[in-house]
Amino acid sequence: MLLSIVSEVSRWAIPFLLLVIPVAGFFRGVKVYESFVEGAEEGFETAVRIIPFLVGMLVAIGVFRASGAMAYFVKFINPIMMLIGAPGEVLPLAVMRPLSGGGALGIATELIGAHGPDSFIGRLASTMQGSTDTTFYVLTVYFGSVGIRRYRYAVTLGLIADITGLLASVFIINLLFGG
Amino acid sequence: MVNIIWLALLVSGIAVAGINGRIEVVTKAAMDSAQAGVNIAIEIIGIMALWLGIMRVAQESGMINFLARIVCPITRFLFPQVPQDHPAMGAIIMNISANILGLGNAATPFGLKAMQELQELNDSPDEASAAMCTFLAINTSCITLIPATIIGIRVASGSANPTEIVGPTIFATATGTIVAVTADKILRSRYKRKYGKD
Repeated sequence: MLLSIVSEVSRWAIPFLLLVIPVAGFFRGVKVYESFVEGAEEGFETAVRIIPFLVGMLVAIGVFRASGAMAYFVKFINPIMMLIGAPGEVLPLAVMRPLSGGGALGIATELIGAHGPDSFIGRLASTMQGSTDTTFYVLTVYFGSVGIRRYRYAVTLGLIADITGLLASVFIINLLFGG
Repeated sequence: MVNIIWLALLVSGIAVAGINGRIEVVTKAAMDSAQAGVNIAIEIIGIMALWLGIMRVAQESGMINFLARIVCPITRFLFPQVPQDHPAMGAIIMNISANILGLGNAATPFGLKAMQELQELNDSPDEASAAMCTFLAINTSCITLIPATIIGIRVASGSANPTEIVGPTIFATATGTIVAVTADKILRSRYKRKYGKD
């Protein structure tokens, strides 16, 4: 029941917006097509402006990951993870999540496949993937696109948000599905 | 801080690869990632254009203003420095709505638009404003009602109950948002005490 509602909402969300916004605009006297094109024009410029920031961040993360440095880092903080009640297997996901959305999704998919979606690890990986965000990616791309070089306390803040999402995932999954 | 993190990722990666005698993986990873960065930007152009176009229509028809008035009490609490009728508010609301619905692809264009608008209000253009930090805090912790991608993966890998993680995800993201907003208020007032400005 819930599944069908959720999947229907996801299926309809974008078509719904594409229908309602132009139709409502038309009846409010907006020249809908001209207005759309005017807005769309900004898309190209913005996408091009974020390229240097994407390249910079992805290269550093790519090198860190491919060299095996990330694997060492994971081993190093594994004891902390055990302490909070999370199996070591999900640690690479926790580390990758703020860095790269695609990388994290890859790890989550692999964990769900290897341990089964309805296992403790599968549920935890699913919740973690949905509860935290690619903070570094968002930071560099969003700030980069408008030329901000000093981040104030945004890095600290983003990491606090991510760590909270992570801990809350571990807590709730242990509470609901823990042995 | 981001300078140090960036440097640390590069230096430790190159050091580990060098010690393990696999220095060539660094070259390959660097080249591949650089290309991947450009590919992502190219792929995003179409989606950006689509959503920024739709948003312009929504703006001109007054729909975004209408939405903004409804959530005004919340946004006034979160963004006291931003005038409530400023275009930044509309983009922020659209970005958060897209995140709540799990529409990651639609969220990014609105997020970038929100940053551009917030930059117009920024007194020191090379430093993040307080409103930008708040926006990022909400953006990265955002309450998610439908984690669509992960549900899809669970369905694909044969889960007996693919959506059972929806409740836990709402709990975890709501906790994250509350903590992030609180931390933002604390960091903001600490910054103000230290530097004497908002």
